[in-house]
Amino acid sequence: MSEIEANIPSTTQTTAGHPREGLLRMDRMPHIWCPSCGIGPTLSAFLIALEKSNLNLDKVAVVSGIGCTGRVAGYVKLDSFHTTHGRPIPFATGLKLANPELKVVVFSGDGDLVAIGGNHLIHAARRNIDIVVICVNNFIYGMTGGQVAATTPETAICSTAPYGNFETPFNLPHLMDTCGAVYVARYTALDIRRLSNAILEAFNKKGFSFIEVIAPCATLYARLNRLGTGLDILKYYHDNSVIKHNADPRELEIKFQGPIIVGKFVDRERPTFLDAMNQRFKTVLGDKYQLYGMTDECVPEAVVEGGER
Amino acid sequence: MKADPKGVLTGAHYLDGDYACAEGAIAAGCRFFAGYPITPSTEVAERVAQRFPEVGGVFIQMEDEIASSIAILGASWAGKKSMTVTSGPGFSLMQEHIGLAAMLETPCVIVDVQRGGPSTGLPTLTGQADMMQVRWGSHGDYEIIALSPNSPQEAFDLTIDCFNLSELYRVPVFLMMDECVGHMTEKVVIPKPEDIELVERRWYTGPKESYLPFKPDEDLVPRMVKAGDGYRFHVTGLTHDERGYPVMNWQAQEKLVRRLVEKIRKNADKIIRYEEEETDGADVVIVSYGISSRVAYKAISDARKQGIKVGFLRLIVVWPFPEKRIYELAGKVKALITVEINYGQIALEVERCAKGRCKTLLVPHGGGWVHNPDDILDAIKEGLK
Repeated sequence: MSEIEANIPSTTQTTAGHPREGLLRMDRMPHIWCPSCGIGPTLSAFLIALEKSNLNLDKVAVVSGIGCTGRVAGYVKLDSFHTTHGRPIPFATGLKLANPELKVVVFSGDGDLVAIGGNHLIHAARRNIDIVVICVNNFIYGMTGGQVAATTPETAICSTAPYGNFETPFNLPHLMDTCGAVYVARYTALDIRRLSNAILEAFNKKGFSFIEVIAPCATLYARLNRLGTGLDILKYYHDNSVIKHNADPRELEIKFQGPIIVGKFVDRERPTFLDAMNQRFKTVLGDKYQLYGMTDECVPEAVVEGGER
Repeated sequence: MKADPKGVLTGAHYLDGDYACAEGAIAAGCRFFAGYPITPSTEVAERVAQRFPEVGGVFIQMEDEIASSIAILGASWAGKKSMTVTSGPGFSLMQEHIGLAAMLETPCVIVDVQRGGPSTGLPTLTGQADMMQVRWGSHGDYEIIALSPNSPQEAFDLTIDCFNLSELYRVPVFLMMDECVGHMTEKVVIPKPEDIELVERRWYTGPKESYLPFKPDEDLVPRMVKAGDGYRFHVTGLTHDERGYPVMNWQAQEKLVRRLVEKIRKNADKIIRYEEEETDGADVVIVSYGISSRVAYKAISDARKQGIKVGFLRLIVVWPFPEKRIYELAGKVKALITVEINYGQIALEVERCAKGRCKTLLVPHGGGWVHNPDDILDAIKEGLK
């Protein structure tokens, strides 16, 4: 121990473990995320939600794609899959449909889920695959060095948009609403309590739930755009995020350094892929069909249509 | 382990190769199918979509081949036997997940009903030009297993073998059909369920705390668990250690990649299968597979009528390749002649294995139709010179 280290006041040193080490792979710590990154708090919110939930944690699976947020799968002490860039949702689709008992959570970044994985995102929402998607949106590609994203606000500087982004970014809650997601919410990484409550609510929904987390990237987004430190960004969130539940999803676009509307925007019921499949096959095939993945009682009543066999 | 009677349509049927393949998959216990329509493979998906509700399977038509090829990996980790089916362009889109399947050692079956390429090429017409793509298509070093049927009966039988090999070695296994076999209708005899032998996945059964997802058995294949069983395991496409944790150094890469390659290479003799006819004392031997093998047979019988001693080696398992047998034959014959619907993919492999011990000739075809048997006969005569 060096002299300087020895002089650190003992109050900063602790022998207690991490408060949620039962849910983390402590043998993989320290993690790779930068100081003040928004992924850590988002992960905390997720773990708090898991603790509060009645879920059997043996039946919870986490699937990630590639990038900074993609590393979440490697740090959680659950069945976890670190897959390919943009494709965690179809992997999760296979996992969930093959074993409907699982609670499957896709945890990845905006580049992964919305750009390269955009097609999978919209189709999983359309089909109402029963998974929870947590999308950490830091408006930029972090791991590859600050390139422009499908969520980068107009005029923001990125390493591949050095004169400022001129493409229209996605308004993710609006996109997910129109695709049919049953639960859509957005919070900043500053608001861990509301975020973890939203994740908990999503756990209890049957169908495709989408939670957007606005997260600081001080290393790249803030630095390239001269927005200060991670702390400055959190202060910005504090001063500029506006809670507006049930806001019209069309009005949730994020402008460069504009206000950030957060809250729960969509909460509805719709048959999941498997519900719809069971209902359809039961209607057409009658008793010849054995319900898949659930008991009779769980199945919505079959709608008898004219002209069926 | 025997087949589940629910999925087996025992009896004689008149089926095309695509339908026979679907029946083979169902008989093999496949209960998850994700796919995207593409000619000439679509009938497999259509048959599965029709049949799955009767047997308790899930069929999903995904948004593209990329999604299909990873959905089957998710399903496999949930414990289901899973499959996708495609053709040339779709097969190209799947390559990244063929690498992921090899890296995560995930059992799954991918069927490629080959058409003429490159690019959109000849969607409704035959080809055999994906034979090297299946071997080398994804990035990095890895090994796969590929089988090639030459009849609807074999489309049924070999699909079952694909699932068995996939479970046994934890690799993606490929059924490399061609449009002709896929769309050819013939008699297919489906055995009784008790006569269909299935390989059960090699599950890990030890204590939960000591489970290591990538710790190999003696034959280099690790044991598997499935999501939801309480092991709380992690897997990644990154280079990883036996715990499944990423490790970024050359030593970890060497250990992992070597095993991924050796688990197939060291077991190759157990996997390789071919059919041989009159190779003893032959002056030339034809090497072929799939529909080309049936066309070659016409040329072989014509040659034999002219008193030429022609042997025949038909590849059933194409990868791993029967290197030793090709080398032995090369030492005994004047020529090895490869007949295939491409411009020399397996022919190069034959030439490599012959190591200059005999002439190696290719009877190529650009795709869209099968060979003219006369061209093969001409090559046989050329080989005798």
